[in-house]
Amino acid sequence: MAVKTLTIDGRPITAEEGATVLQAATEAGIKIPTLCHLEGVYDVGACRLCIVEITGTTKLLPACTTKVSEGMEVQTQTERLRNYRRMILELLFAERNHVCAVCVSNGHCELQTLAYSQGMEHIRYDYTFPKWNVDTTHRLFGMDHNRCVLCTRCVRACWHIEGAGTKNIAGRGATSKIITDLNQPWGDSDSCTECGKCVMACPTGALFQKGSTVGEMVHDRDKLEFIVTAREKKQWVAAD
Amino acid sequence: MKVRLATVWLGGCSGCHMSFLDLDEFLIDLANAADLVYSPVVDVKDYPENVDLCLIEGAVCNEDNLEILHKIRAHTKVLVSFGDCAVTGNVPAMRNPFGMDNVENVLQCAYVDHAQNNPAVPKADGIVPQLLANVRPVHEMVFVEYFLPGCPPPAARIKALVAQLLAGAVPKLEGEQLKFG
Repeated sequence: MAVKTLTIDGRPITAEEGATVLQAATEAGIKIPTLCHLEGVYDVGACRLCIVEITGTTKLLPACTTKVSEGMEVQTQTERLRNYRRMILELLFAERNHVCAVCVSNGHCELQTLAYSQGMEHIRYDYTFPKWNVDTTHRLFGMDHNRCVLCTRCVRACWHIEGAGTKNIAGRGATSKIITDLNQPWGDSDSCTECGKCVMACPTGALFQKGSTVGEMVHDRDKLEFIVTAREKKQWVAAD
Repeated sequence: MKVRLATVWLGGCSGCHMSFLDLDEFLIDLANAADLVYSPVVDVKDYPENVDLCLIEGAVCNEDNLEILHKIRAHTKVLVSFGDCAVTGNVPAMRNPFGMDNVENVLQCAYVDHAQNNPAVPKADGIVPQLLANVRPVHEMVFVEYFLPGCPPPAARIKALVAQLLAGAVPKLEGEQLKFG
């Protein structure tokens, strides 16, 4: 396969043709913050946290869906990017009711971890305090829309790892919501196989195992990567 | 000259103040560096003038909270939002999804719909302060200089921030010291 040469943060990098900037950076040990990216499912560029600057374009492009090209110059840690990343995180917190103190994922939450990494100690935007419900109709799992960041990782895990197609997204903009089947209570779903991959995929406390209380919900994302590696490479190896 | 320090308890559970008391021997250092001029743990009724630093626990929930907050801002050089309720609204703000003008709904829910005995909304004008239409974090009502998140912030984090402030530095919380919940 053809190889492309590029620079990321001034470092010369080689990457396979067709690789994304995120893949190239990860391979080179350069960390770009991500939220909607999940190892094992395709990328959609939904959260914009992995935005990077690329010489020759004024647009900020998501590293997860931008392919490498010959001679590309990428910056991942500029002041401008840090400002936008913090802004995105603050808007996510303001958009729904993320009450960390009483959340099942407190301490094991990717949204929290990202917020700390960007130095977020308060939210500059007015909280919207929308009204969302919690669907606890399923026998094993619950869905708390208050904590959802609409990353669609659960939807992609459900369709493309499990192949069940239970989870989907309905609505527009900030009022979009994750639905099961034809916007039915999760417990009434005919297609759900109760595999729990959506719960493993969730970065926040939106999807949880019933019975978890504050801080108890740890999402086992390595299991998803394990399944995908086994399927695609026929290698039954655990992630590092 | 000693720093004139105040702490105040708005709409919160007092857990942040409990954590403050957990400062243990640092309280002695603090007593040498600062005079506690107003606090739930000292017997001063009115917020004084010329306060250097005030730690504000709790969200802004009722008319009393808002009134004293404006007074605090007018009389204080540096405000710190002390704990998640002050920083984010946290648990007290969980009434907001009932609607942005939710007082009637909230009181109805708490004192009538779920009451086992004598369902009635309590009313004592001049004694029980009126709830605000919705709960807001402190910095949405007045300008706040610094933020100390946590529910509650552990004593080590309070010490980290207060020590930096007393040393005249711009405080910065990093690593373990920056955490919500």
